[in-house]
Amino acid sequence: MIAETGLAALWLAAALCGLQLVFGVMALRSDDSGVATAIRPVAVVQGILTALAFAMLIWLFLRTDLSVELVAANSHSAKPWLYKFAGTWGNHEGSMLLWVAILAASGALVAVFERRLKEKTLIATLAAQAAIGLGFYAFLLFASNPFARLSPAAAEGRGLNPLLQDPGLAFHPPTLYFGYVGISIAFSFAVGALITRDVGPVFARAMRPWILASWIFLTLGIAAGSYWAYYELGWGGWWFWDPVENASLMPWLAATALLHSVTVLATRDALRAWTIMLAVVAFSMSMLGTFLVRSGVLTSVHAFAVDPRRGTFILALLIIYIGGALALYALRVGTVREGSRFEFMSREGALVVNNVLLSAILGIVLIGTLYPLGVEAVTGEQLSVGPPYFNATAGPLALLLVAAMAVGPLLRWRRDEWRNVMGRISLPVLISSLALFALVMFASPIGILPMLGLILAAGVAAASLAPLWKRNLRRTPLFTYGMVIAHLGIAVSMAGMAFESAFSEEVLVAVRPGDTHQVGPYSVTFDNTRPVAGPNWTAVEAGLTVQRGDGQPFTLAPQARMFSSPQTETSEAAIRTAWNGQLYTVLGNGDGSGRWQLRLWWKPFVTLIWLGGILVAFGGLLSLIGRVRRERKTMEREAWA
Amino acid sequence: MTRWLAAMILATILVGPVHAQSRMAGAEWANQQLPDPTQEAEAKELMESLRCLVCQGQSIADSDADMASDMRALVRRRITEGEDPEDIRAWLVERYGRWITYDPPMDAVTWPLWLLPILLVGFGVWLARGRFRTRKRDG
Repeated sequence: MIAETGLAALWLAAALCGLQLVFGVMALRSDDSGVATAIRPVAVVQGILTALAFAMLIWLFLRTDLSVELVAANSHSAKPWLYKFAGTWGNHEGSMLLWVAILAASGALVAVFERRLKEKTLIATLAAQAAIGLGFYAFLLFASNPFARLSPAAAEGRGLNPLLQDPGLAFHPPTLYFGYVGISIAFSFAVGALITRDVGPVFARAMRPWILASWIFLTLGIAAGSYWAYYELGWGGWWFWDPVENASLMPWLAATALLHSVTVLATRDALRAWTIMLAVVAFSMSMLGTFLVRSGVLTSVHAFAVDPRRGTFILALLIIYIGGALALYALRVGTVREGSRFEFMSREGALVVNNVLLSAILGIVLIGTLYPLGVEAVTGEQLSVGPPYFNATAGPLALLLVAAMAVGPLLRWRRDEWRNVMGRISLPVLISSLALFALVMFASPIGILPMLGLILAAGVAAASLAPLWKRNLRRTPLFTYGMVIAHLGIAVSMAGMAFESAFSEEVLVAVRPGDTHQVGPYSVTFDNTRPVAGPNWTAVEAGLTVQRGDGQPFTLAPQARMFSSPQTETSEAAIRTAWNGQLYTVLGNGDGSGRWQLRLWWKPFVTLIWLGGILVAFGGLLSLIGRVRRERKTMEREAWA
Repeated sequence: MTRWLAAMILATILVGPVHAQSRMAGAEWANQQLPDPTQEAEAKELMESLRCLVCQGQSIADSDADMASDMRALVRRRITEGEDPEDIRAWLVERYGRWITYDPPMDAVTWPLWLLPILLVGFGVWLARGRFRTRKRDG
């Protein structure tokens, strides 16, 4: 009955979604206030129903109900409960249901909380959200039904990919999806504003918190995914320019650009058409990513069951929605006035530089991700585009972008003078020069990108704090603090990346018990190996005694795990975090005669990468709170007047 | 799934020669660094930009697969023999196709890939210029 309840809830939600679209269109065509007032409750109930359907699926997974096809194919009764729970979205159908649930929840949240937008635009927005929803409900119900029964029931489930059996699975996909799918709100806002020709500062201020919220989740989700890959894959890499990573990075780049252009629109009523375009692009990138990851055109741990029919279905949705939005844009963009102009040397100018660079990086990532697919489709030849390409093309642009980020917040709106700007950035430039001097004098020679990264990070960290200089800190608005912290986070993260790639130490050895090796500040002694068993795996565990200088010795125990269902081997790295970096240890294969492969890394300041990511997200949160508060106050004041 | 399997079988067949060679000499280099740090750095840079053909989007420097360790052994052995990393890459591309290198060489198929970023930046700058007011007109 649980599965049937879930399916019924999903069908009902789909029906309400259709109703929401019809009501929206009706309300826009006539001034029927009855239909207009019904649209908000419909959106809310639709959100609740999909949440219910999703809860039902979680319940099925927690009970390991093997009469449900999805559970039998992807779960196992001997799995720890956390992975039964998180395994709900560790498969194609479950993750698509989560996708749709978040889409519906986004619409419901807009229906409940959005008070700033003009009523007509809000109705158009909710109708657009419903139009997207309909396609994906159809995809779920006709091509990816998570509640399909299996008769007779399976005796035991086939289990979950062991790489996914990690607490990361409970956190990374939902967080990422909240951002990934939440940005659909920006898309619907843009479509709504195009329909009602309502692009302006009020619209921008209404849209901004929604962009911020999904951007925060997107940032956290990407950072979490990166750290998960880092400790789970066992080779110490934290970003691989894998197409799946790119699929999450592209919406983030677009959303980051959008976040900045919407500020120009809100403050100065400029960049109108461009902001609308970015809002369309951001969610288009999410849908494109969903297609790439869920259609099976890529092989990855993220691509689950591969079924060509599904790929075609999502591709059709992609073409309809992106094509439709772009067609609407082309029709209406003539009626959107360009807005006011400004000088290059101004806050707006810097934000345009930000947008040009972010868009160029987005374009490069997009080209690099799709080009091999295009070549394969045309010539049948397989081609790889990886880190060397992206580092060489997007790397320099990213550095330029960060440099612009240091200067931008120090500029005035409208126009500024070169002389004054030079004065304001002299201290950060001095700090960067000192960093350059220190690197050249005291460090071993390093690559050009990490070198520039470190120098810039030092100056940018200082520059990011500069907007607080000589200000009354108690009267500085919260969103200014948000910006400062987010920009500081970028500098921190970049420093981590540069340190890691420039100064990491690697030791790959075959060891016998008693052997000691030095890596970074640590000496690592291999004591022994012993067998250990978990609920659904067995493992060989190494005992390592580690000492830093004359400090207290401690032990680390990396494992080589063998999972039984499905049969897979994974390596569980053992990591020691110090204030200035991480010691990363992995146990490899044995040679049968008592020698074991050991991989040891000392990664100085590597944790800054993710700490920076968290700072960026935290800055976003402060900004969000600050903006919402300010909007509230404005609305109260308007109500009084 | 079938496509992936096919790719795996194909790769196993293709990789035959690498297998044979690594078994003959230098197999210990699969999981051990070269004593000369400059050579190891060269080998590492090359290994990080070669695709492990049987893995899900990993380089041979980041994989536990047997094929990846065989290829690591091959790369390190050839580096010790004084071969230029780019020659090793070219040799591998000739045998296994462009799929094996993450650093697409500039040729008839890939030149748009390298040209488009430059065009993109140029287009962006041109587009942005239209937004700016020149100081002269401003008075």
